[in-house]
Amino acid sequence: MMSTQHSIAAEKFQEDKKQASWHNETLWFVREKRDRMSKSLPEWEELRTIAEKIKLHSVSNLDIYLEEFSKNAEANGVIVHWAKDAKEHNDIVYDILSKHKVKKLVKSKSMLTEECHLNPYLIDKGIDVIESDLGERILQLNHTAPSHIVMPAIHMTRQEVGELFEEKLHTEKGNSDPTYLTRAARASLRNDFLTADAGMTGVNFAVASTGEIVVCTNEGNADMGTSLPDLHIAVMGMEKVIPDHEALSVYTRLLARSATGQPVTTYTSHFKKPKKGGEMHVIIVDNGRSEILTNNEHIKSLNCIRCGACMNTCPVYRRSGGYSYTYFIPGPIGINLGMLKDPHKYTDNVSACSLCYSCNNVCPVKIDLADQIYEWRQNLDSLGAASSSKKMISLGMQFLFTHPTLFNTSLKFTSLINWVPRSMAFGLKEWEEGRSLPKFAKESFTSMWKKGKIKTIKKDEQ
Amino acid sequence: MKIGLFIPCYVNTVYPEVAIASYKLLTHFGLDVDYPVDQTCCGQPMANAGFENKALPLANRFNSMFETFDYVVAPSGSCVGFVKDSYPKILEKEGCLSEVSSKVYDICEFLHDILKINKLPGRFQHKVSLHNSCHGLRELKLGSASELNIPSFSKVKDLLGLIEGVEVVEPAKIDECCGFGGMFSIEEPAVSICMGQDKIKNHINTGAEFITGPDSSCLMHMGGIIEKQNLPIKTIHVVQILSAGL
Repeated sequence: MMSTQHSIAAEKFQEDKKQASWHNETLWFVREKRDRMSKSLPEWEELRTIAEKIKLHSVSNLDIYLEEFSKNAEANGVIVHWAKDAKEHNDIVYDILSKHKVKKLVKSKSMLTEECHLNPYLIDKGIDVIESDLGERILQLNHTAPSHIVMPAIHMTRQEVGELFEEKLHTEKGNSDPTYLTRAARASLRNDFLTADAGMTGVNFAVASTGEIVVCTNEGNADMGTSLPDLHIAVMGMEKVIPDHEALSVYTRLLARSATGQPVTTYTSHFKKPKKGGEMHVIIVDNGRSEILTNNEHIKSLNCIRCGACMNTCPVYRRSGGYSYTYFIPGPIGINLGMLKDPHKYTDNVSACSLCYSCNNVCPVKIDLADQIYEWRQNLDSLGAASSSKKMISLGMQFLFTHPTLFNTSLKFTSLINWVPRSMAFGLKEWEEGRSLPKFAKESFTSMWKKGKIKTIKKDEQ
Repeated sequence: MKIGLFIPCYVNTVYPEVAIASYKLLTHFGLDVDYPVDQTCCGQPMANAGFENKALPLANRFNSMFETFDYVVAPSGSCVGFVKDSYPKILEKEGCLSEVSSKVYDICEFLHDILKINKLPGRFQHKVSLHNSCHGLRELKLGSASELNIPSFSKVKDLLGLIEGVEVVEPAKIDECCGFGGMFSIEEPAVSICMGQDKIKNHINTGAEFITGPDSSCLMHMGGIIEKQNLPIKTIHVVQILSAGL
């Protein structure tokens, strides 16, 4: 009765105990690496504060910085496009590709293109789209979506990847050695890089003062994908713009440390102008972001630099997996972004939080993730999405707790359950699945106090 | 100094011994302690479930009940955090001020920061594993959270250090949530129970006889799992150890 889609999917994820525990421990390992890295910088907390302030400043002056960015990018010879939503974004991409008669596109990982459902759109139009990030490539071959924003295929075991590669890349039967599989993927991708007509990347940071974009990868795939073909299309959410190199230096120190516990991403590539004889396009996408700007309670979610640290620390995400969330971005940030996207459609994720506040503390740009989830819960009732049983429990509790006489009378009985309105019983089954019910004391503190037993405690003992 | 003893509803009914221990501790230091008998619940369970408006009448009652005290002290970090952080927001909606929010303290915080106690009688000859409860740690800052790069401190450990004989250890994943989370525990039972089991395992692996902490709600959740699965560890609230010699 109280089940949300998340809780049902989480229960299913928990059925394979071994895999669930592996998922939990693997992501915790990344969180620990992040801890070590963050503690190696004495100025870490100061960096977070600065990073938060720069982002809030940037998004509050988005018109100025986006204009500065596009003016400088155009001066560098980059063609800048503006897309108000996912459809416009996809159409612009297709328009550019068809003008260049592109048959094959190699992509570097981009959560924005996931958000816009670009791949199926292009594939429908007959364009061969190749994901070049290893994790994304595995998922593409498997026809599934990412379950994490930084480690998209973290939920799959190497054995599963081995079997997939056997089928798709004709690797040796039963060989799931990571080095072997990586080499097989690399050989296959090398061919794609050489034969692609265009390369596409996301954007980690767009620097307004220089008009350049910065892309962070660990595999160098963005560089491969953009160096070989003559056409480079970069796509960015409009909140990715930051003022200058000084600001960039703050984020590059925070991003990799928070994301994977590395001191810096293996490749931090700056793209400023098209290669000789080639073309470079940047598409700046709104797709609902300007609405978030007007939302005081949730504006800070635009600070997000997509490091995934909140997922790695989240005890619920680690134990329920990325696919238990109904929005394509999971974890604490995904709960919030999903609600901002469509609060009716993505309410089920709001249950996936014990309000432990660990996400607030790891967030390198200090997004108040847990506070925002708490606020979303307050809105569920007005959205018509509140659980009816939880509402009844809350009403029942309000009634009982605003009537102290009734409350205290109920305490005279051996079990409060007898007196708590029936609604309370909704939670009993769920509680008792793995826990014994707390036993009510023979006599409550209130009763002892009223009888004067408490005040004599000390005297009795003396 | 007039102290209003705030005993959260479930402590009142399930763990009156924790309430008694709190009273003993406060009166041991010569404080004038009173317990308003009409108190019930602070409203946190409803608010965390998404019905903050249901907590409004409770916040009003709470305020009028406790406004005359110099301090309001409770043995539950989570409830204190709610009164401190959420009451002002809830009451603001109807143009009221939360008078109690600035003077409500978790009992450990109160003993450590306000009374600055430096000795306690009694012995507790046991090994205990400290449970750093989320709201105590990250809302009330009873200790340094593991995610932050700040100097390490623990007010609860400092207090336990005053008791002779007690050996304090801490589990792996030192301050990971135990999985209670109020209604989260019944809305997401599979994850909640798994979190509790993992947490208890880490506490057991320290070799401790007891899990102790400043928040009875975490202890209730873990206690429920311990009992159901017959696990070799017990729970005890910090104030019960601190009041061992009183």
